Amino acid sequence: MSQHLPVLIVVVPLLLAPLAALVGNWKAAWIVAAAASWWAFGVSIALVRRVLAEGTISYEIGGWAAPYGIEYRIDLVSAFVAMIVATIGAVAIIYARTSVRAEVSEDRGALFYSAFILCFTGLLGISVTGDVFNIFVFLEVSSLSAYALIAMGQDRRALTAAYQYLIMGSVGATFIVIGIGLMYSMTGTLNIADLAERLPAVADNRTIPVAFTFLTVGITLKLALFPLHLWLPNAYTYAPSAVTAFIASTATKVAVYLLLRFFFTVFGAEFSFEQMQLDKVLMPLALVAIVTMSLVAIYQDNVKRLLAYSSVAQIGYMVLGISFASVLGVTAGILHLFNHALMKGALFMAMGCVMYRVGSVRLERMKGLGKKMPWTMAAFVGGGLSLIGVPFTVGFVSKWYLVQAALERGMWPVAAVVMFGSLLAVIYVWKVVEVAYFQEADPDDDIREAPLGLLIPTWALVIASFYFGIDATTTADIATRAAEVLLGVGP
Amino acid sequence: MTPGVLIATAMLLPVAGAFALLFWDKKPNVREAVTLITGAATFWHVYQLLPLVRSGLRPRLDLFEVLPGVQLAFEVEPLGMVFALVASFLWPITSLYAIGYMRGHHEENQTRFFFFFAVAIAGALGVAFSANLFTLFAFYEVLTLCTFPLVTHHQTEEAKKAGRIYLGILLTTSIGFQLLAIIWTWVLAGTVDFTDGGILAGTASAGVLSAILVLYVFGVGKAAVMPFHRWLPAAMVAPTPVSALLHAVAVVKAGVFTVLKVAVYVFGIDLLATLSATPWLAWVAATTIILGSLVAMTKDNLKARLAYSTISQLSYIVLGAMLANEWGIIGGGMHIAMHAFGKITLFFAAGAVMVAAHERNISQMHGLGRRMPITFGAFFIGALSIIGLPPAGGSWSKWFLGMGTLEAGQVGLLAVLMVSSLLGLYYLLEVPVKAFFFKPPADAHHAEGIHEAPMPMVIAMVVTATATLGLFLYPDLVFELMAMVIPGGAQ
Repeated sequence: MSQHLPVLIVVVPLLLAPLAALVGNWKAAWIVAAAASWWAFGVSIALVRRVLAEGTISYEIGGWAAPYGIEYRIDLVSAFVAMIVATIGAVAIIYARTSVRAEVSEDRGALFYSAFILCFTGLLGISVTGDVFNIFVFLEVSSLSAYALIAMGQDRRALTAAYQYLIMGSVGATFIVIGIGLMYSMTGTLNIADLAERLPAVADNRTIPVAFTFLTVGITLKLALFPLHLWLPNAYTYAPSAVTAFIASTATKVAVYLLLRFFFTVFGAEFSFEQMQLDKVLMPLALVAIVTMSLVAIYQDNVKRLLAYSSVAQIGYMVLGISFASVLGVTAGILHLFNHALMKGALFMAMGCVMYRVGSVRLERMKGLGKKMPWTMAAFVGGGLSLIGVPFTVGFVSKWYLVQAALERGMWPVAAVVMFGSLLAVIYVWKVVEVAYFQEADPDDDIREAPLGLLIPTWALVIASFYFGIDATTTADIATRAAEVLLGVGP
Repeated sequence: MTPGVLIATAMLLPVAGAFALLFWDKKPNVREAVTLITGAATFWHVYQLLPLVRSGLRPRLDLFEVLPGVQLAFEVEPLGMVFALVASFLWPITSLYAIGYMRGHHEENQTRFFFFFAVAIAGALGVAFSANLFTLFAFYEVLTLCTFPLVTHHQTEEAKKAGRIYLGILLTTSIGFQLLAIIWTWVLAGTVDFTDGGILAGTASAGVLSAILVLYVFGVGKAAVMPFHRWLPAAMVAPTPVSALLHAVAVVKAGVFTVLKVAVYVFGIDLLATLSATPWLAWVAATTIILGSLVAMTKDNLKARLAYSTISQLSYIVLGAMLANEWGIIGGGMHIAMHAFGKITLFFAAGAVMVAAHERNISQMHGLGRRMPITFGAFFIGALSIIGLPPAGGSWSKWFLGMGTLEAGQVGLLAVLMVSSLLGLYYLLEVPVKAFFFKPPADAHHAEGIHEAPMPMVIAMVVTATATLGLFLYPDLVFELMAMVIPGGAQ
């Protein structure tokens, strides 16, 4: 069976999704979803190990040879991103059991888990497939289910948030499919490896730069790069807590993966960065995102929204790394994909714990929580330290590489902006800390610590964000090798 | 025990002690006994390293790779030995003092207080023993973060504001400048290990290296070089034992220690002497010396006056480093020890007055000397050392610093040292003079019942005052260790 793992990581959850909807009862649906997530988690680890040992895996669906059939092609980048999605999914599903029960009405439980699996499957599918049209299909699978998941938030504003995301997301997806169509019209192929081979011959034709532009806009919309991030804050704020934690750690990450895949593998770094000068677009936008979005985060009163703006800023870090188009820079970007997934997952989960007990994540409701929910707030501080980039946290590792990449290019002002962003993070993290630890709680409410069903997954991510900050050699090694694969250098 | 185990034990003991005392939260006597025993044991372990270092060895402990090529590693060299000895010797004494103070002052949350205190000592030892810039930076930040709960111990609005300044300045400088300098060093030199003779020579132009030096000096906010000194007076809202050990010894000395370490082992004094930024920074330090003293003169609050005095004195050490010759380094290194004993005595006395007479302002201390002769006697000795007069230890470090200025051909700097001593004479001796020779004001509300502070505090003061005198008679050990730091040794 093991040679079929590349496809089974997608097919098994895909088949389980309708099952979850059919069983009707939310408890049974949860078991199905948990099985799907943990299955994918196990397979993703196996795939990473296999890619590390044997190199890129190519799998032909139904035995149809590429480029005629659909090829699943898993190199180190794909495997790594799939692993991030699967890991977060596996943790989030445990968290969801308690959290969703409190936030989503019981009769929708089964549908929720069904949509959750679909979203998860779509994201995994994007990362493992080697076919651009297939990417589009999975993108739609994950996006449509994400809209549904967000709309299930308690707050009625979740509906408008989901609608906003739907419109923006669909525009993005349309741009992407137009880009893909234009490429197809010039090359007659949809297979990534094939495209990469044929594109240079037709690159002089105006159609290809147009396709490139459509893809750039579409993908940056999906990954919420400033100024195309407008859908994100509302979506993250009003979605159910478990959904926010999952989507914030995976959906934009997979969009970053798309950026890497299209601009490095399909078009090639030389075309993207030398001919089209993509870095001239990405770098300034990333820098503006880091500074302005961190500033906006400082002024938020709703902590989930604060974290959402912080996410837009953090996406700036990833894109900044990629825009250097150097091994160090891309390494920094890929590392931050993983690192940010851990820390933001932990932070949103901590906010889910607050939501569970307090019923709101507005700052004024969080007074004195440091005493009342010590473990939850400690988790928040842990994740916050990572966001700041304190040593021994994953955030530090990302910054170490990112600054190095900037200095390697002699761009010390860029390095200074990265540091400046960290300092802004200090402010918005500390804003929450001060309310939770320095303000007296209302003596009337009897708020207790969150249940273990929420604390354990939260702390799992917090501990991971310290573990991979203390021993970053494994992740840094994988990220460096992935960057070398993308840039076509090294072994 | 092998040297590596000694190093590890010395750093882990305070942490273990910290967790042990959480167990005896409800039994203050047992809890305090744990603190004292841990303190004594920690010092004993550090002391075991001394013969090894004196014989010219550099005990080393390599833990593991954090980032590819960057290790978490410890190496005890003579300068670190001096710092570690001072910090670990003064910790049990301060604990003794703190027991009297915290109980006498009826402080709350004492367990939390002693917990973070112990962790801070572990952080200081980590800084002292660090074998490379990464390890140093990591423990430097540990020290920043775990002293935050100590500074904001009272959790009042004032404490919160002070905490903001404290964390704001220390993190801004360390992440904004110091980390940038460290990564820049890594990019240029390909290593961050502390190496005899430095690692930066010949890696970049003098202009770039000067820029990095400036980043280091201002990036080490704990050295409190103006204009990044505001955090230190802010930190005075903490209970006095914190001000005494952490903000006169462990934290601030970690700062100047870092400056010395960078000067000697990253730049190397030969390279340092050639950079154009070096004399400029020496004058920044000189300015801080004078301005710090001048501000100190204006303060009526005793702890605030001592804080500005510390700012002034710390820059002696920075100045020593920036003289870039052997006498400057030796004088600076010796001043770490000399100032520590003198200043901690002064803070002990200030705290004793607060506990016994509930006075904070110097103008209210008239006549108190007759009621608290030991306290003000100890203050007098501490003041002599800070001013640099015999028979106190401070005279030696000032002597060598003076020699350093002459060797550097900077007579102007020598004048600064002299003027600052004169100012010190005024603002420090004013306190015992007023206490002993002035009549208490007619409306004095201090009742007849004022007498010396609780016994543990008195013992602690007597020990540090005696040690201050002892260091005048026997400065050999510190001198010998510092001479080992200089390449080729000093004559």
